[in-house]
Amino acid sequence: MNAAAALRARNERRTRFLLLTPAMVLLLFAASGPLVIVLIYSFLTPGSYGGVEWNFSVQAWFNVVAKIDFFTDELTFADAHLSVFWRSFKLSVFTAILTFVFGFPTAYFIATRPKRSRDMWMLLIMIPFWTNLLIRTFAIMELIRNEGTVNTILMGVGIIDQPIQMLFTEFAVLIGMTYVYLPLMILPIYASMERFDFNLVEAGYDLYATRFQVLRRVIFPLVKPGVVAGSILVFVPCLGAYVIPRVLGGGKQLMLGNLIELQFGQLRNWPLGAALSLTLLAVVMIALIFYVRAVGQEESPHG
Amino acid sequence: MIEINGVTKIFGGGSDAFTALDNLSVTIDSNEFFTLLGPSGCGKTTLLRVIAGFIDPTQGTVQLDGENLVEQPPYKRPVNTVFQSYALFPHLTVAQNIAFGLQMLGRPKSEISSTVDEMLTLVQMAPMADRKTSEISGGQQQRVALARALAPRPKVLLLDEPLSALDFKLRKEMQLELKRLQHETGITFIFVTHDQEEALTMSDRIAVMNAGTIRQIGGPRDIYDHPAERFVADFIGDTNFIEVELVNTSADTARIRLISGKEIDARANPDGPKAGSKVTLAVRPEHATLVDEGEALLPGTLSDVVYFGTDTHYHVALDGGGGDFVVRRQNQPDMAQSRQTGARVGVTFPANVGQVLRD
Repeated sequence: MNAAAALRARNERRTRFLLLTPAMVLLLFAASGPLVIVLIYSFLTPGSYGGVEWNFSVQAWFNVVAKIDFFTDELTFADAHLSVFWRSFKLSVFTAILTFVFGFPTAYFIATRPKRSRDMWMLLIMIPFWTNLLIRTFAIMELIRNEGTVNTILMGVGIIDQPIQMLFTEFAVLIGMTYVYLPLMILPIYASMERFDFNLVEAGYDLYATRFQVLRRVIFPLVKPGVVAGSILVFVPCLGAYVIPRVLGGGKQLMLGNLIELQFGQLRNWPLGAALSLTLLAVVMIALIFYVRAVGQEESPHG
Repeated sequence: MIEINGVTKIFGGGSDAFTALDNLSVTIDSNEFFTLLGPSGCGKTTLLRVIAGFIDPTQGTVQLDGENLVEQPPYKRPVNTVFQSYALFPHLTVAQNIAFGLQMLGRPKSEISSTVDEMLTLVQMAPMADRKTSEISGGQQQRVALARALAPRPKVLLLDEPLSALDFKLRKEMQLELKRLQHETGITFIFVTHDQEEALTMSDRIAVMNAGTIRQIGGPRDIYDHPAERFVADFIGDTNFIEVELVNTSADTARIRLISGKEIDARANPDGPKAGSKVTLAVRPEHATLVDEGEALLPGTLSDVVYFGTDTHYHVALDGGGGDFVVRRQNQPDMAQSRQTGARVGVTFPANVGQVLRD
């Protein structure tokens, strides 16, 4: 390479670096910075009125998974924490599955509409998403509470004579999260499907594939990137969901987000809150790595 | 053998209703290279899609070897399609694309792999077997689409303008290739095109379509030399149309009187117009010759000479308001340009070369 080309290459690198700078600065201060603070806090001891004392301790990390009985000094699993972890994971997986079950046909429906009406359908999907989360969550509460719309109708028709307890259950949290995060599943699947060539469906039928085989062998493999993206977009915020389990779970169906909030709030144990936050982050990352790897391998069986 | 009986397809309803196929009937023999030729919007692709099963006809039946196809979904019909856009599966390799139909039919693995190898060899794509379809050229994609449709050994192969996306040279090559494949596999080919040259080169029989109906069916020579009506004569090749008077008719020949007063024999359909009426005569430019005024059937003035490389077109303005008549002559290396524009010349053609049209 001659000198002029080398100079040009260096300039190009510099330009690219300059373009990245604003994002890098933002990431440094808004993401990495707080993360480092959280990491440091998780190795300190809690202050009496919140905050932290600057003494090094691994107590918080220890408390994430285990606890020592106050009176007997007996070491046991922090099963309260573990059950919250498990519930968060379970509800997030179910939410991802439910949003897929509802979102995939919806995205397919929209993608097969005439071009000019697709935007209108997408707008209809997006409008609830632009509405305040709290308002939407309270709307669901209104629907499913004991004196709410669903129970009133069911009792009015005479199908039931006692209201069904839906509010403050895991079911309520699941319904709420599915409703709220549904657009995040529909959008990426729709984006993949819009690029999908529907001639391929005809080609599939022509080559003796039934409807189900066309769906499984032709459509699904080609919109899978959208499904993967949608699952991640739904699963990750669900794990850390706070408002929905708080309102619809009524403080009984705690999820990770609520547990962390408790530590920073009422329980005044910031180091434990910090350690729980980082545990959440780790769980998300591990789950994503496994998921992406599993899906990626399936996609190219021949190397 | 495919029998299409009174197939009508109406799209939409009310005032927007559009008749794409109008009570169309045709019988296509087994092992035939049959071409549906016509301008865009004539219904040829609609007919193909009716046979494939992607469109249900409003009326009529499609029978394959005596079995009604219309009641069967497309995935049960022993018919495969080569799509205009190829519609290859982008997530599969070349070999996987070819294997797809056989897998859906539940054929054993050993049979699938041997058929795929056979097809890859047939279309000369064996070295590309493991490529993704996005990594091969347009001509190669075309071959893969063909192999994919041929692999399940359909009774009928439908080809929807499969060569239209290829460049000129490749198209010529593929025309011969298709003809060879049809010969080697013995499968009935139904080929849709708007390119008359393509149709004439490859087909055993051609059906010329217009406005949802078949205007004429016949072999390439038949259609070209003896077009039954003005639309067919006009759509296929270049044609001179001249007004003549029918003197008398007998079976498939007719005595006609030209505008110059001279009489000559021409071909006519037995069910054509009656003697004494004014009719249109079609004469191909290469069937006529340019001669001196004295020996001409139709005298006139040379108005234009257009050089085309392989041949030259002489435009003659016929006397008596007969209009423009084109004579095509193949160029020879030693042939000098002998006639000048504006010169008095004449046009002649042998007996039984002109065709009296039905309209």
